[in-house]
Amino acid sequence: MARRTAIVGVGQTYHKARRPDVNIGELCAEAAKACLEDADLMIRDVDAFVLGNMELFEGRYCQDMWQADFVGAFGKPGIRVTTGGTTGATLACVAFEYVASGVYDTVMALGFEKQSEGDTRAGLKTVSDPLWIRWLTTGAIGYFSRQARYYMRETGAPEHMGSLVRMRLAEHAKRNPHAHLRLEIKNIEEAMKAPYLIPPLRQTDMCPTSEGACAIVVTCEERVPKMARRPVWVKDWVTVHKEAMYIRGGKHSVEDLTMAASRLFRRNGITKPREQISVAEIYAPSTWAELEWLEAYGFCEKGQAWRLEEKGHFYWNREFPVNPSGGVVCTNPIGATGLIRVAECALQLRGDAGEHQIWREPTLGFATAWGGSGWTVAVLLSAQKE
Amino acid sequence: MIEGLVETVQGRLYVPYRNWLGKTASLFFRELRDRGRLMATRCRKCERVYMPPRSICPECFMEMDQWVELPATGTLLTYTVVHYSYSDYHQPRKAPYALGIVRLDGADTGLCHLLGEVDFGKLRVGMRVEAVLKEERKGNILDIAYFRPLREGSESTNSSDSLSPEPRAGDSRRG
Repeated sequence: MARRTAIVGVGQTYHKARRPDVNIGELCAEAAKACLEDADLMIRDVDAFVLGNMELFEGRYCQDMWQADFVGAFGKPGIRVTTGGTTGATLACVAFEYVASGVYDTVMALGFEKQSEGDTRAGLKTVSDPLWIRWLTTGAIGYFSRQARYYMRETGAPEHMGSLVRMRLAEHAKRNPHAHLRLEIKNIEEAMKAPYLIPPLRQTDMCPTSEGACAIVVTCEERVPKMARRPVWVKDWVTVHKEAMYIRGGKHSVEDLTMAASRLFRRNGITKPREQISVAEIYAPSTWAELEWLEAYGFCEKGQAWRLEEKGHFYWNREFPVNPSGGVVCTNPIGATGLIRVAECALQLRGDAGEHQIWREPTLGFATAWGGSGWTVAVLLSAQKE
Repeated sequence: MIEGLVETVQGRLYVPYRNWLGKTASLFFRELRDRGRLMATRCRKCERVYMPPRSICPECFMEMDQWVELPATGTLLTYTVVHYSYSDYHQPRKAPYALGIVRLDGADTGLCHLLGEVDFGKLRVGMRVEAVLKEERKGNILDIAYFRPLREGSESTNSSDSLSPEPRAGDSRRG
């Protein structure tokens, strides 16, 4: 029988485009220290570490070798996790599993990215099969412009919807001191002035490349009473993999997202997700993906997300807050991005999110990460032990 | 047998990088380049002196903000002689060459570098060595050309080589 598991500390850096003042290890140390400070723990209280980032992005093999020395993992057990875009959330899941299984009592998960140090696209390109498509592979922009076009066609969403999502996220990011891009967008006309990357995708619709790190501390039920912070309980988590899309006939598909969320919801008796879940921190690399994926997760019917967005439904102080942190579109240190979703969700459930704290009563939180051509990790957190 | 029947796909991955040194390593390389000084960091808790310098003590998980200048002399902790050449830029020079880990006097850790001006047969663990700095320095670890055996009699005076930094002052830590 698995042990009950709780997040008892979170920490992150102030995410930026460049951090020349620190090397990779030093950047990770900032997150580790912030996390320990939040948890009011000493490094000796942590039994094991789960470290991770994207492969090849900084042009370095076995990155954890250098990370471990800087985050207090010296001489302790641990593992490196690198699962592409989902890395951050997988870090959290491995920490949950370490604790739930009874292998370790208190575990730190820590992810980072320092994107100005390497060639992100060079790293990404190696994902594709050298036999068939490596020479054709571009990056995320092509994929997400296609996705936006597809969503518009399928649901009748007008072109300004992407910008409307960005206005919400910009407002959220302004309230979150850790967010990277903190744009002042006065109105929709101004938002629509952003240049196209590939129509209908504008520059403001797509996530940035950021540098930053994030850490969480997870512990077992027995140790929770000794902890300083109000615990956030880990209710459940799920991972779904899907093959590269072209094998399936090239049709745009979000079935990995649907499979992950429906499995998670079914297992936990969630039948009305927007009512039962009070906050969603979803890993959506573009504004348009946010709309489509809210539908794919089952938070609303197909074609309903953009209509709710028009009504302002997803703002931090409204009915169903989505990405009150500003989301991936405002902050994206990739290896940390999924973990930031989990950490931000935990802050919301604790009531400690400050300026971007949701107005709704925090009950359950939903955090995801997405990567590759269709991997999804989804995590369900709870404010109550139940 | 099967080789004649199958084809291969070939390519080359290009993995460029530009790692920021951060404040700590930047100070080390600037001091080395501009003043020929070898600067180490010291942990206030365990008092270890780290060369190469780093900002956080891995054992104490403490930030290190104390700087200590080290002399160019040290002790060879271990070495190896490389006889095998492979044809790319990852090798620092043509084989055969010797690599060693040197603990500079006053340091608690070892610095890995080339060994030069030495008969490979005469390399010994524990032998005294000194850093030879390049005349033109660019702010990277090869500003130290190599370590060579310390010459007879130069141990006490420390003045045999004008490129050698000043001997370690009693306490030259800086804020």
